Amino acid sequence: MNKKMLAEEIIRISGTDPKKCMKCGKCSGSCPAYDDMEYHPHQFVSMIINGNVDPLMVSESVYSCLTCFACAERCPRGVEPAKLIEAVRLFKLREKGKNRMSAEDVSAFCDADMPQQAIVSAFRKYAK
Amino acid sequence: MQRIGVFVCWCGSNIAGTVDVKQVAKALENEPGVVYSTDYQYMCSQAGQDMIVNAVKEHRLTGIVVCSCSPRMHEQTFRKTAAKAGLNPYMVEIANIREQCSWVHKDMIVGTEKAIILGKAAVAKVNLNAPLTPGESPVTKRALVIGGGIAGIQTALDIADAGFEVDIVEKKPTIGGKMAQLDKTFPTLDCAACILTPKMVDVAQHEKIRVFSFSEVSEVSGFVGNFEVTIKKKARYVKEDICTGCGACVDKCPVKKVPNEFNLGMDNRKAIYIPFAQAVPKVATIDPNACNMLKAGKCGVCSKVCTAGAIDYTQKDELVTEKYGAIVVATGFEPISMEKFDEYAYSQSKDVITSLEFERLTNAAGPTQGKLLRPSDLKHPEKIVFVQCVGSRCASCAEKGKEYCSKICCMYTAKHAMLTRDKYPDTDVTVFYIDVRTPGKNFDEFYRRATEDYGVKYIKGMVGKIVPEGDKLHVQGSDLIANEQVHIDADLVVLAAAIEPDKSARPLATMLTASMDTNDFFTEAHPKLRPVESPTAGVFLSGACQGPKDIPETVSQAGAAAAKVIGLLAKDKLLGNPCVASSDENMCNGCSSCANVCPYGAITYEDKEFRMPDRTIQVRRIAKVNPAVCQGCGCCTVTCPSGAMDLRGFTNSQIMAEVDAICK
Repeated sequence: MNKKMLAEEIIRISGTDPKKCMKCGKCSGSCPAYDDMEYHPHQFVSMIINGNVDPLMVSESVYSCLTCFACAERCPRGVEPAKLIEAVRLFKLREKGKNRMSAEDVSAFCDADMPQQAIVSAFRKYAK
Repeated sequence: MQRIGVFVCWCGSNIAGTVDVKQVAKALENEPGVVYSTDYQYMCSQAGQDMIVNAVKEHRLTGIVVCSCSPRMHEQTFRKTAAKAGLNPYMVEIANIREQCSWVHKDMIVGTEKAIILGKAAVAKVNLNAPLTPGESPVTKRALVIGGGIAGIQTALDIADAGFEVDIVEKKPTIGGKMAQLDKTFPTLDCAACILTPKMVDVAQHEKIRVFSFSEVSEVSGFVGNFEVTIKKKARYVKEDICTGCGACVDKCPVKKVPNEFNLGMDNRKAIYIPFAQAVPKVATIDPNACNMLKAGKCGVCSKVCTAGAIDYTQKDELVTEKYGAIVVATGFEPISMEKFDEYAYSQSKDVITSLEFERLTNAAGPTQGKLLRPSDLKHPEKIVFVQCVGSRCASCAEKGKEYCSKICCMYTAKHAMLTRDKYPDTDVTVFYIDVRTPGKNFDEFYRRATEDYGVKYIKGMVGKIVPEGDKLHVQGSDLIANEQVHIDADLVVLAAAIEPDKSARPLATMLTASMDTNDFFTEAHPKLRPVESPTAGVFLSGACQGPKDIPETVSQAGAAAAKVIGLLAKDKLLGNPCVASSDENMCNGCSSCANVCPYGAITYEDKEFRMPDRTIQVRRIAKVNPAVCQGCGCCTVTCPSGAMDLRGFTNSQIMAEVDAICK
């Protein structure tokens, strides 16, 4: 898959339109995991718009994202960078075709103290 | 049978580039009624118009079809040309082969084919055209200005100076609007009050201007030149003509803790109050929700101390009906609510304020007498963060912000930052910006001075969240140029809130049948060429009710609106649009469908006696269109179930003829 198709596929999976970005940086201003990231949320959006996706595919940054959705909630333009990062993770998953954390394992983690969103996030995150 | 001339315009290469104009002229030659057909490079030029005049004489033409640009562009031009040639101006039809044809097609064959079809439709219509004569109506030579901010004040002064009477209706107890609340004005930094209050005094003293303060428009009827407006004068419980504005009542009023709206609730006022020292009219107003006398019948202190005897607890709202020839809307703006921006902690901390609140904090007549003290503990803030674009350019969250740029925030933020550094050089001032937009005379220089001469730090990036921690505000934002996240422990945060039209604008637009956009800004008749007129005849726009504007722009638009009003009021009679609806009384069954859809209220009903074939008299209810009010929109003609309604110049048969010509 060439760069352009790769970027288009990621945009398709994310369901958002990164072209709406006005480069305000509110995503990176909101991000609680900013300092752990090689590429910050606003760079993520810009790299995907420019089709520069290869560095993202090999970067640890995509797993530094906590999926807290603060950037998505506060983005004034509805670009929702968290969804793009999630799309990169999903793409890599689908490429590998198998999950490290399988669906059957999920129920073992479910108890009253565990937020459902955390399980869903973990499921996505550790399913390399 | 008509004798029709067809004139196909090249519009340079605008039309001729994608339409074979010669072929169009040739094809239309054979249409029924056409006796002459030609083409020319620029039909609208003097030579082109002369060509039309000569052809009318030479070929004894009775109708003209011009295949050219949109009728919005040159219909008037060609109607005047026809009149010059001795034809009725309404015997001209325009086939729009530019905007609707050559500009949207790339292929010459397709473009030419469509241009011919559009030309045929116009010819078919002219075949059924009849000469029309516009009616006349008188003009009431008085104007109403709704809103008494700087826009309304300037418009009123300009109209009054031309010798026409003007009434200003202002919903607040005083005129002055938002400008009265400002401290300094960019880019020259003159004091807002110093330049505004003389104008307010001019209004008060002008023999041609009356101010209805603490009043609202409650009903509008009529039409251009002949509006009838009902104004509600809200009870202020003080006789306006007797009160001297001495302020003794305010001093003695025991109810002291009413949030002061003029200072945006940052201090308190009394139950009886004068909004500010230079208020016009300088008359006290009693707040019925706070006054003990009005609420419980106990107190009466103000009436005891008033030596003029102006207090009247029994005052009621009063309705006044006045006639006007023109109405100017100058309802202005409000900053949007910050309550929904949880990430900026506006509701959590008193030290997160809006720019308008900051304006009051630095104003000598404000709650801190102009000393910059933060609201929570009245300490001098050492670190101040300004956040721009809060709620502006916010496309994703219609319930929170606005999609448009509020236009004034970049400049007032630069002003606030600069003045803070000027008065308090020890303060650390940071501005977060997305873009700095400073198009305007001396505007960019002003913003650069804030950075270069006053040391304001500008950070390209947005604040993500603000968290109150102890007596500090932890500001987390991004610095996109340094590519890092910044953390600032600030003492005061100022949010440049987006602005929106005043809430009173929407109901007012309904009363005036003036159109608005999705953001509730009034729509202008043409965004470039008629920017101060509403599409509704006789209604004009002044200031921020039409879109975000700073003071210089508002004042220029206010003057432009006044010029348009003066132009209207200077006429003794108005020529109407003859393309109005009329009802065939023999077919009308009085069902009211047309009146229900008429957006202008032009249709009324009357009972009329009809002599029947058997010589009896029958009384039937029939529709009557007031041609001076009708704008010719045609809603009634398509609604009428019996086909009684028809629009002159666009009759049902003419439109069907056009459709037939296109579909042939």
